[in-house]
Amino acid sequence: MSTTLLVVQVLNGLQLGVLLFLIAAGLTLVFGVMDFINLAHGVQYMLGAYLAVAFYGLTDSFVLALVLALAAALAFGLLLEAAVFRHLYGRDHLDHVIATFGIILFLNAAVKYVWGAAPLSLPVPEALTGSVALAPGILYPVWRLVIIGSGLAVAALLWVLVSRTRMGMLVRAGATNPEMVSALGVDIRRLFTLVFGFGAMLAGFAGIMIAPILSVEPGMGDTILILAFVVIVIGGIGSIRGAFVAALLIGLVDTLGRSFAVDVLRLFMSSSTARTVGPALASMLIYLLMAVVLYVRPTGLFPAKGR
Amino acid sequence: MTQAVGPVEAAPRTRRSRAAVALPLVLFAALALLPLVTAALSAGYMLDLFVRVMIFAIAALSVDLLIGYAALVTFGQAAFVGLGAYAVGMLGAHEITDLTIALPVALLASGLFALVTGLVCLRTKGVYFIMITLAFGQMAFFTASSLAPYGGDDGLTVHERSTLFGVAVLDRPVVFYYVVLAALLAVYLTCRTLIASRFGRVLRGAKDNALRMTTLGFQVYRFQLVAYVIAGMIAGLAGVLLANATEFVSPAYMSWQRSGELIIMVLLGGLGTLHGAVLGAIAFLLLEEWLATLTEHWKMIFGPLLVLVVVFVRGGLIGIGTALAGAVSRRLRRG
Repeated sequence: MSTTLLVVQVLNGLQLGVLLFLIAAGLTLVFGVMDFINLAHGVQYMLGAYLAVAFYGLTDSFVLALVLALAAALAFGLLLEAAVFRHLYGRDHLDHVIATFGIILFLNAAVKYVWGAAPLSLPVPEALTGSVALAPGILYPVWRLVIIGSGLAVAALLWVLVSRTRMGMLVRAGATNPEMVSALGVDIRRLFTLVFGFGAMLAGFAGIMIAPILSVEPGMGDTILILAFVVIVIGGIGSIRGAFVAALLIGLVDTLGRSFAVDVLRLFMSSSTARTVGPALASMLIYLLMAVVLYVRPTGLFPAKGR
Repeated sequence: MTQAVGPVEAAPRTRRSRAAVALPLVLFAALALLPLVTAALSAGYMLDLFVRVMIFAIAALSVDLLIGYAALVTFGQAAFVGLGAYAVGMLGAHEITDLTIALPVALLASGLFALVTGLVCLRTKGVYFIMITLAFGQMAFFTASSLAPYGGDDGLTVHERSTLFGVAVLDRPVVFYYVVLAALLAVYLTCRTLIASRFGRVLRGAKDNALRMTTLGFQVYRFQLVAYVIAGMIAGLAGVLLANATEFVSPAYMSWQRSGELIIMVLLGGLGTLHGAVLGAIAFLLLEEWLATLTEHWKMIFGPLLVLVVVFVRGGLIGIGTALAGAVSRRLRRG
């Protein structure tokens, strides 16, 4: 394994990690503040990608498509909250699972109905196409760097919002003790709606950013949703910091595992056995990691306080 | 011990007794008579459909055992179904088709997977349990997808149905139907016996209040682990039958959507009643079948329907039935 490959794969891992963070942040906030399991978070990511493609088709400008798709993702999140989720707060987790599962079925089918089952694609913005030389001989696509950069920027913004603003203070207080916050005169319902809309927008943003390098197709949110769950479980449900650390960890472990499992295994066994075992082991790696973390710390690495 | 539990036990049983005895009897009688009807109508496809229904009912029973009686919301039960199916498929690929080997291997594999994952899962509570079972389910799914020698993503064909002592008994549709029905009945009765036993009372006690059971001196963790392993093996049995019914094995059997569907079947029928799981599987698959004939985009109807059921109906179909029966009897009594 050469250094070039290693550097490129580490960057790929970071890119996956940042993407996972964007999705997991909304998921963990919604759960932390509202005690609500939202399986439909993955379809909001898918919807972000589809909206970006649709608005790009209308406006022919990536920036406009980005802005419009973000606004639409936010609006859709608020709509879902008002129409369905609001009626389910305080109900059993099982009810959350089933209702949001129903929404997944609906949206996956609806997307297929509107845009067809064939994968769509979104071009990379022209100014950001091509690759850049990070070091002599190490080329890396500019767009992937943009994803990493914007993800880190969102993480920083979230950190400021949550730990430095009044709104963030209320969100943290709401996560610890919602009844008390509401007794102190804060409209907790409005806070919930806001957090929910924001989470949906972040997932939509992840979908928009990834659309130029992945194919946009029905069901694309389902796999990433499970990864996001693994992230928030490892990080500790309700913790933004935990989600960030766990997202990068999962991104790196998964990407590096997939690229180097066979090479590493070859050190211990014949290369034909390694070729069979390697891919299977690589795809199990993050789940094994999660099992180990939960075995040692059943509430994740950074459990949110008061839970 | 029994004295403390006795009175609590007695109250719901007398109230529910008539429906709890009559409904399963009617269900199983109807299932037993179905082949006569399909033969009369020469509707062979109905037989295949109901074989599938009963196989999913078996898997749904295992889910009800965990969610309905132990409050263990498992979101990875499809993995065990897949394991059972893969046992048949992989042994079949090596020309081992006899049930005397395939069935024990399948049960052992699913039981072992349940034991190992259960050791980790059961250390966690609530949402963490939901998500970690989901993650283990995905682990099984991706492992199956990367099994290149056994078809990988594409799955593998089961070239001949399982034999019993070398005789191809499952090849005749009607015989296969009754074998599956017998399996369903056996699983149903096993679950009922289990729940009524001391083991089941401890499980239900822990469902209501785990701390109380622990202070009473029960090691709740062990009871739950045993229940998890039993449920895993039941789902494995469903997998063995499923591989034989479809003559095909694929990673899709293990997808998390399948696990979700199993939970929905149980909720649709009525949680914690056992026959509710059977009823739910029938309702779910028949509804799916019917909607699919109406439109290609049937999930656009099915999804919102689920949301509505959850938001507005408590207790599933059995809950609706009980509520209706209650209203009717009140009306009658009033004259």
